[in-house]
Amino acid sequence: MSEEMDLEQGGDMKRFMFVNRKAPHGSIYALEALEVVLIAAAFDQDVSLAFLDDGVFQLRQGQNAKALDMKNFAPTFRALDDYDIEKLYVERESLDERGLSEDELIVPVEVVDRARMSALMTEQDVVMSF
Amino acid sequence: MQFGILVNEGPYQHQASDSAYHFAAAALEQGHEVPRVFFYMDGVHNGNRLQEPQQDDRNLVRRWSELAEAHGIDLVVCVAAALRRGVKDEILASGFRISGLGQLVEAGIQTDRLVTFGD
Repeated sequence: MSEEMDLEQGGDMKRFMFVNRKAPHGSIYALEALEVVLIAAAFDQDVSLAFLDDGVFQLRQGQNAKALDMKNFAPTFRALDDYDIEKLYVERESLDERGLSEDELIVPVEVVDRARMSALMTEQDVVMSF
Repeated sequence: MQFGILVNEGPYQHQASDSAYHFAAAALEQGHEVPRVFFYMDGVHNGNRLQEPQQDDRNLVRRWSELAEAHGIDLVVCVAAALRRGVKDEILASGFRISGLGQLVEAGIQTDRLVTFGD
């Protein structure tokens, strides 16, 4: 904790939602977003993840990043459970628009419609969108 | 109100750093506080003092330094993102410091609003 912020410490538990909107590769957003998620979990916050737009591809089974010579970080999503991150919301419309179904995803998720996703965001204290 | 700010894009290529700066300046102007701006992803390039934009253009890096000095803003550059992109202590502009992602989460916890500027 830094001193310069001079704010109350301890006992603060906020609801953090990390919104993933980009495909896993093609840009670094997905990978670096996941790095923030893991740090937030270490701060004992109430963390949830939302996947929408091309972000739903981050959870697609059978990813092979070898051809790109990039790190395949998809398995990290399976480890989120160990960080007590259990709330993964995937937008139904984004899946449908891309011809994906829930059983093609690498981890158990809660599929929600766009209206419900909007409501979930409203309930958060902090929303970070990547 | 206290605002934390997250900047995820580098200077010039995207408008994110400009928009974040104008937001911060406007918030301060109206009596709000901006205790910390966190630079992540390509946003870490906003702390590179070696930039020399053309004379008739705005100098984004210097502008952040000046705002920070005037209002005591903590300008934090993410260490992991910075190392990946070659942004190190020796090229940081005044007012910037390198630290961990915990500083971003902390800003989220401690400020009233965290506002993201990115693509």
